[in-house]
Amino acid sequence: MSFDSFSDFLAMGGHGLYVWLSYAIALFVIVINLVSPVLRKKQLVSELVRRLRREKNAS
Amino acid sequence: MSEMLTNEPVQSSEQTMRGLFLAVLKRDLLLSYRRRSDLVNPLIFFLMVATLFPLGVSPEPDFLAQLAPGVVWVAALLSTLLSMDSVFRSDFEDGTLEQTLLSPQPLFVVVLGKVIAHWMLTGLPLALLAPVLGIMLFLPDGGMGGLMISLLLGTPTLSLVGAIGAALTVGLRKGGVLISLLVLPLYIPVLIFGTSAVQAAVTGLPLGGYLALLGAMLALGIVMAPLAIGAALRISVSG
Amino acid sequence: MGKLLPWFAIVTAALLVSGIVWALAFAPSDYQQGNSFRIIYIHVPSAILAQSCYMLMAIAGAIGLIWKMKVADMVAKSSAPIGATMALLALVTGAIWGKPTWGSWWVWDARLTSMLILLFLYLGVIALNSAIESEATAAQATAVLALVGLVNIPIIKYSVEWWNTLHQPATFTLTERPAMPAEMWVPLLVMVIGFYCFFAVSLMLRTRNEILHRERRARWVRELIEKQ
Repeated sequence: MSFDSFSDFLAMGGHGLYVWLSYAIALFVIVINLVSPVLRKKQLVSELVRRLRREKNAS
Repeated sequence: MSEMLTNEPVQSSEQTMRGLFLAVLKRDLLLSYRRRSDLVNPLIFFLMVATLFPLGVSPEPDFLAQLAPGVVWVAALLSTLLSMDSVFRSDFEDGTLEQTLLSPQPLFVVVLGKVIAHWMLTGLPLALLAPVLGIMLFLPDGGMGGLMISLLLGTPTLSLVGAIGAALTVGLRKGGVLISLLVLPLYIPVLIFGTSAVQAAVTGLPLGGYLALLGAMLALGIVMAPLAIGAALRISVSG
Repeated sequence: MGKLLPWFAIVTAALLVSGIVWALAFAPSDYQQGNSFRIIYIHVPSAILAQSCYMLMAIAGAIGLIWKMKVADMVAKSSAPIGATMALLALVTGAIWGKPTWGSWWVWDARLTSMLILLFLYLGVIALNSAIESEATAAQATAVLALVGLVNIPIIKYSVEWWNTLHQPATFTLTERPAMPAEMWVPLLVMVIGFYCFFAVSLMLRTRNEILHRERRARWVRELIEKQ
């Protein structure tokens, strides 16, 4: 552990804002990159389900 | 294009290649000579962009002299880009391009001829016009030679790389902005070495190295770009 | 792919969590830059990933172009947005790191500039892909553009580096430092591998979507949907 206390850890030797900001942005980018394909898959599947239902009703 | 494809007598392959190249070159030059406005527009644009800088920044001679190499080069780059969209456009619309792709003649030579024709109509006049801009922007006299030579060596590369973008977007209705998006990042090395050559010429340093690098990029472009342009044209036309 | 995915997800989560905790709390601070140095653990992996992602995209595009493999086309298309966001992340973290180190948000440093150009290349690829309606044509055109970009990247990188040394001699670069001690580079390695695993997971998810979308008229998709 390279910090003495938790407040030291948050302050990051005066550069806390920069360090925490970049880690937050990185986390955000990673999560977006994982969540958006999952959401897209849901959307795709529901589209396909709807189309299948339409085709069944038509025939 | 039909005359060029059918009236060719049977010759040795080297001669036909050269004949094909010259025929394409002649045809494209003739076609644009008949539509003179397309020919002049990039040049007017070139002049106008250079006029905007003193108005927008400052008319101070010392300051402008420092800015001049970059401004002239960026203006040349943008006006080349502006005329790029029309390289394959009219051929694509009237079906000539499809016929060219179907013909047994090597696409490499045809494409190279078209690009060289485009350069002779944009890059060459830009390089010849550049000293006028140099004077307007107070470029020191020592830099004029460097400016013209670097433009002469650099603009063919711009035409070659730009034609890849034009070939990729020829099937699209709104290709204009897209070409700039695709091609501008690829123009950066030419811009860097072109302006550096001019700056070296202004300060009296030897500029052989920069010109050699510009020439190397041109050589690479002549060998590689027609392949990419040909592939891109086949994709655009068949799709 | 379906069987591998959960494993990759677990490994990614483990590596990233341990890497971040290690980087933030346990790695020693730099004697020159203090704790702002900890941004390296985000900046470097994202920059590396952005570059290798372009390479993968161009190679996959070439495979699709030459052997007409549909999956390769889909992989190429799916990797473009991930690479673009990684390039953006590298730029943003570089800017945030630059503020305490250089005193300004942006410096025309060679690495940052070439990363910016890489981002432009990605944006061009994405724009071209979305502008062409036919999926097969879009994939082929994108592949040609990506390959042209791949040939150009070394030239751009070299010219930008050269330009940078000409204009600002002896700038203090962000990441170049002599011999990093092991306590510093081991967590960096963990983060780099973690980012690669994250890339694999995201790429798999996106490629599966792409397959589903393109094969939407195929029988197996219909059967899959009917089960739900």
